[in-house]
Amino acid sequence: MSATDVCRAPALSLEGATVERHWRDLAARRRLYTIGGLAFLFLALSGSLWFANETNAGKFFDRLPHVADFFAELKPRDWFDPARALFDLSSPYDDGSLKFDYPEGRVYLTQSIYIPEYFHRMLETLNIALFSTLVGATFGFLLCFFAAGNITANRWLRFFTRRFLEIVRAFPEIVIAGFFLAIFSLGPIPAIIAVSIHTVGALGKMSFEVVENADMKPEEGLRAVGANWVERVWFGIVPQVLPNFISYFLLRFEINVRASTILGAVGAGGIGESLRLSIGRGHEAKTIAIVFLLFCTIVAVDQLSAWLRHRLVGRQAFAYGRGE
Amino acid sequence: MNADAINDIAARHPDAFRRSLWKRYATPTGILLCITYTFYCAWFFSVAAVLEKANWNLAGAYLADWVSYEIRPDIEFKDNHLTIDYSRFSKLGSNPNPDWVAKQMAVIERQVEAVPAPAIATNKSSQDSFMAPGAPTAENPAAPSGQSAPAVPETVRENAVVAATVTLADGQIAVTPNLVTVTRGAESVVFDIAKDSSVTPRTPLPDWIEQRRPGSTAYVSFGFLGRAEVQNDEVVVWRRFFGWANFVFDTNSPFWGKPFSEVASLIVSGARIDPSRSNAALAWDNILNNAEWQHGDVWLKLLQTIVMAFVGTVLASIVAFPLAFLAARNVTPSRIANQVTKRFFDFLRSVDMLIWALFFTRGFGPGPLAGMSAIFFTDTGTLGKLYSEALENIDDKQREGIRSVGATPAMVQRYGVLPQVLPVFLSQSLYFWESNTRSATIIGAVGAGGIGLKLWEAMRTNTNWANVFYMVLLILLVVFVFDNISSYFRRKLMGSVGNDERRVSARPRAAQIA
Repeated sequence: MSATDVCRAPALSLEGATVERHWRDLAARRRLYTIGGLAFLFLALSGSLWFANETNAGKFFDRLPHVADFFAELKPRDWFDPARALFDLSSPYDDGSLKFDYPEGRVYLTQSIYIPEYFHRMLETLNIALFSTLVGATFGFLLCFFAAGNITANRWLRFFTRRFLEIVRAFPEIVIAGFFLAIFSLGPIPAIIAVSIHTVGALGKMSFEVVENADMKPEEGLRAVGANWVERVWFGIVPQVLPNFISYFLLRFEINVRASTILGAVGAGGIGESLRLSIGRGHEAKTIAIVFLLFCTIVAVDQLSAWLRHRLVGRQAFAYGRGE
Repeated sequence: MNADAINDIAARHPDAFRRSLWKRYATPTGILLCITYTFYCAWFFSVAAVLEKANWNLAGAYLADWVSYEIRPDIEFKDNHLTIDYSRFSKLGSNPNPDWVAKQMAVIERQVEAVPAPAIATNKSSQDSFMAPGAPTAENPAAPSGQSAPAVPETVRENAVVAATVTLADGQIAVTPNLVTVTRGAESVVFDIAKDSSVTPRTPLPDWIEQRRPGSTAYVSFGFLGRAEVQNDEVVVWRRFFGWANFVFDTNSPFWGKPFSEVASLIVSGARIDPSRSNAALAWDNILNNAEWQHGDVWLKLLQTIVMAFVGTVLASIVAFPLAFLAARNVTPSRIANQVTKRFFDFLRSVDMLIWALFFTRGFGPGPLAGMSAIFFTDTGTLGKLYSEALENIDDKQREGIRSVGATPAMVQRYGVLPQVLPVFLSQSLYFWESNTRSATIIGAVGAGGIGLKLWEAMRTNTNWANVFYMVLLILLVVFVFDNISSYFRRKLMGSVGNDERRVSARPRAAQIA
């Protein structure tokens, strides 16, 4: 505001002038903080970008023109080939190499009915995700009552449960998977264990916050008629929080589908492994088939889960978030 | 209250007492479904077979490796003496002489076959230097090596180990060239060694010693702190120590094995060890390039992970921000623009982060650029969706107010919309930053940069579990620090919105913008 503006403004009383001065100071400080914060962010970002570029195998500007080359390489011989790869039909280009051995991976249910390989792999990934969400949710939901301040009076029990949930949540999944890979050798079980353990922490933490926000009046009523702890929790709290729990369960399932895909790529089975192999070996039709299948599955899972969540908790539905 | 009163109440509230079939059986049905599904999965993944095949002994050993290490002296039987050997990259350095291996030296006479190459007499460890001056002279170069060879033997007198005693936790192993005495607690077993043919215990074996066939190798267990194998040509002892060996300096460093005070005084005031640089620089360099722990590399990779998460989230937020305005139907009236942007967001986040990571690893080569691009692409989709949902839920009154005083459309967005959504936007970005720090670890393992690959490689060798644990601790530390920074800022941001937050912490708020 310039000097003339001040002159033109009606004269302020002494108190009014003080208020205005304070307001200006406040505004100036806020602006300073904003600019400072943005400058810091900018510096950190440029520093980080420089660092990332320096430590990368290929340099950003050298590689940028070639990034899309991969898509060009991904062009299959003809556009029916990915479909053949997807449904394990034999390819006219079959030359005995791994590249075109589509019928190889068929999983026969009967003499003639089979599940195509990638569908079976996808089913495996989905099963890993669903089963580990189930296991994780069971333990997470059980533990969350011991972490909630309004249910569990014992401070130490609460403290240890919360720390346990935090550690379990932050522990890198990949380490758990790698450790169990060493014991069980290759296969989906290590991925199940890793994802389950992480889910216990994530769901436990989210749901104890829900429990803490529950209405305590039903619990009070049950306490008044002499219900014990389990009865109070089961009849007083659980009905209130169950929709939220299920909603979190579904959210977690979406996240776990992605997590088990990634873990699959590092050797824990499922579609992730197939994808990594086919990209690495440059099998374009197979890659397209897998990416397509994965994309459709994730969209389907997301839509299904969003629909269910919407039905359960209505407008209060939890938007997609990677709720850790 | 009598029975009539109860019946009366039941009659007044049939919905509470005679619930629908679905409501009555929902819980048992759900539980039954879960159990059925569990059985299905047990079959699908053949859990029983996998658990049966699992090597649980390995699990214990690997877990122990996280916080301890083993040192393995090899005591080899020679004709009338012993040689003690440590593995080549022993954690004890090049000249190991630990005090828990007691040696008894004596001057012995032994026959050395005068063959051209004194190969059989080669010994890596230096304390028993039996290469007596002038011993193996090539008097008969044609003599073939071998026990029955009629080589001209030469007698050598030298100082050699004739007996060794290895002390472990609660036991010890006394070794002489033809007799091994193993003691654990009060029990003790003597083995007669027939060199290169058999190992024979004199008394029945206790349960902590296992010998699979008579005369074969005896496996001795000392519990957590050690084990040993008595073989017919050597005794191998694994002794376990708590802690991380050579964590600061490796055995090649001039500072190795020195107590802290000595290292400190060397750095502060000692004469230069390496004339070309100061001791402090040398020490720092030695720490960074520690061959066993690779501190420098680990920290670099960890920084890459942090940077990946940070840059990915920031760029995603920056790109998602304008697009979200395009996608929100109450901000941009064009339905086509809304739908196109929204489907674009859906596409970005539905192509899994893994696919983006694999694709960019091909594009940019392994390294953080690939990882950050993957995070950037996935999270542009996710954040864009969340942002546009937040925009669609704003309070319209503020916009109306601004519009009513004749503000331009840009001004309406700036003063009518942005103040409402910015805290929500920032809070969500912070939340994703925090969560991406975790994701970045995992996608690193497929080659997208950061500590993930290093972690994965360390695990796949199955020998570096201590390094794995070290990296896990670093990751946990980073995650906790960023968790706290992020939730601190989110609390502040959410406080500044001033909405009716009861005791909801920032986290569910961030995840449940409806």
